[in-house]
Amino acid sequence: MSTEAGSGYRDVPGSAETTGAVVSLPEGLERAHPTVPALKDQFADAFLRHEVVAGDEHVVFVDPTRLFQVLEWLKNDPEHAYNYLSDVTAVDYGGGRPLQVVYQLYSIPHRRVLRVKAELPLSALEVDSVVPLWSGANWLEREVYDMFGIHFRNHPDLRRILMPEVYAEGHPLRKDFPLRGRFSRAEQTRRALAQAPEDYYVPSDFGPGRDFQVVGWQEVGGEPVPVKEGEASGPPSRRPPKGSTEEGTSPSTTAP
Amino acid sequence: MSNKTIELEVSRTPELGMDFRPAHGPLQPVDLAEPELRSERMLINVGPQHPATHGVLRLVLELDGETVVRCLPHIGYLHSSFEKLGEYRTWNQVIPLTDRMDYLAPLIYNCAYAMAVEKMMGVEVTERCKVTRVIMMELDRIFSHLLWLGTWAIDVGAFTPFLYAFQQREKVYKLHEAYTGARITTSATRIGGMMADMPEGWDVGVREFINELPRTMDEIESLLSHNAIHIGRTQGVGVISAEEAIDMGLSGPNLRATGVPYDLRKDRPYYDYETYEFEVPIGEYGDCYDRYMVRLEEIRQSCRILHQALDRLPDGPMNVDDPRIILPSKTDLMNDMESMIHHFKLVMEGVKAPPGESHFSVEGSKGELGMYVVSDGGSKPVRWRIRPPSFVNLSAIPKLVEGGLLADVIMVNASLDIVLGEIDR
Repeated sequence: MSTEAGSGYRDVPGSAETTGAVVSLPEGLERAHPTVPALKDQFADAFLRHEVVAGDEHVVFVDPTRLFQVLEWLKNDPEHAYNYLSDVTAVDYGGGRPLQVVYQLYSIPHRRVLRVKAELPLSALEVDSVVPLWSGANWLEREVYDMFGIHFRNHPDLRRILMPEVYAEGHPLRKDFPLRGRFSRAEQTRRALAQAPEDYYVPSDFGPGRDFQVVGWQEVGGEPVPVKEGEASGPPSRRPPKGSTEEGTSPSTTAP
Repeated sequence: MSNKTIELEVSRTPELGMDFRPAHGPLQPVDLAEPELRSERMLINVGPQHPATHGVLRLVLELDGETVVRCLPHIGYLHSSFEKLGEYRTWNQVIPLTDRMDYLAPLIYNCAYAMAVEKMMGVEVTERCKVTRVIMMELDRIFSHLLWLGTWAIDVGAFTPFLYAFQQREKVYKLHEAYTGARITTSATRIGGMMADMPEGWDVGVREFINELPRTMDEIESLLSHNAIHIGRTQGVGVISAEEAIDMGLSGPNLRATGVPYDLRKDRPYYDYETYEFEVPIGEYGDCYDRYMVRLEEIRQSCRILHQALDRLPDGPMNVDDPRIILPSKTDLMNDMESMIHHFKLVMEGVKAPPGESHFSVEGSKGELGMYVVSDGGSKPVRWRIRPPSFVNLSAIPKLVEGGLLADVIMVNASLDIVLGEIDR
């Protein structure tokens, strides 16, 4: 479709032609954003290209292997100080094209926005986690991992977040993922009904209970004694022996 | 292990009442010493079906006595894959999905999505539409904060403010219904304008509402702000510093309560917000009480903006005059071949956005609400991403509750003002 002047469309650089992709900018407009030329000087090897979309939004493409250093510099350099991470997400254009990881940065002191992107080929969906820079990236990266299957190196807790932890159908927001899921409705129902919550909701597997979780019971001098994790010798039973309810570990059962 | 039994003894012989039955006397414990308890940590599970979690949120808490040692949130119970569904719908068909995310402030979500798509397409909406959207967004900020205020009061143990707040909320429901026909699922915006012009007298209704609201706010404030129980349960609870809050990505009132005056309406103004007179309230200590005070003041500031917006509401068309975006009028459709073709193309194919992308953020009621839309030139989004403010705010909850008491978890959770529909999406 054409985007002639008049009507509601205003003149937007970069989105004018139907080239199928955003048009790269002439030299002059690059200076409109003070961070972009500085970034280009600092990381000449990692800086791939620069685009302006939707009128005033600056997007910088960087080498995924240097992404962490670029973001670290953007955050810590006092001239730029992008101290606020708005968003981490990814875009899949489909058709075997590389996935884009998108970091939306904001500098509260300078009131500046910058979008940093890295293109990951489908064969190597891996990038460094930015949780060491912004703690808020923790859940955002988990969501990207959950939805796109991009692995974040050195992430402290890379688990699925929105989908169940036992979800086996893949990563839903990828373009090759069908809208209704990979399994048939019957198979999905069967899996949902076959789920035993204990299989993956045993607290010891989750972490918070790891220090103290009782994993079994053994007889010592005729009395059942709880076995903590790491102490067990041989496969312990998960339930206390019968007749030992007054020795149970749950404090709630010792009410007067 | 020894279990010490606490013996209870009735101190006085129960006296006989008028009905010749023993009146219950108070039970006096003989020995007030605490029983010997083993110092073992306990895991408790809060939610996902618990009224104080404000939705289907599950928190696994590790307790040492009554102190929370570790907190592990689990989300995803309400996951509806809105972002995936959006990729199978035309640009306008996505709008009904947006208000189902945050059903406490649906109009803000409608507007934010339409604004992001319009920015990507380079569409400039009319002046009347801009002011109408400002009215809608500020109205729903009040709408959302009132619900938060009511449930917050319930969580702190006060019931009356809940009723006062919901009485006022009902008026906003009525205004929603008068404009859009729906109380919650409004779907009020379209790409390039609104679903309709406002009905006759709707702005008068808004004006009546904001004229009455401050009196109710005064009443609620007099019940809560200096209430000893409220202060005792919220001051110094769930404290987070400004640096930590920025590091965690908090936004909205939760960030401003720490003293950071980051408000998108001031910092990155859209829709001429820089021409409205209002102030951004900030807190000092970053605790639950400051978050309460900030939201309370935001309601009053939103009233100020609403007064100014209603004053300047211009006449003129609501929708852009572009047949490629907006459906023609019914009269034109019946009489004019060209309009009929446009109507056919729009209904069958939908609005077509040129290739490009946009990440547009508005100041939502919960925080920075970003909409990231990517188009490849077709009539459906390649990617539609919501930057969910509640999602990021909730990710800070382990930091806020660890080291505090179990009872404070409820207050911290209430003070964050989350909505699970938007967290799980």
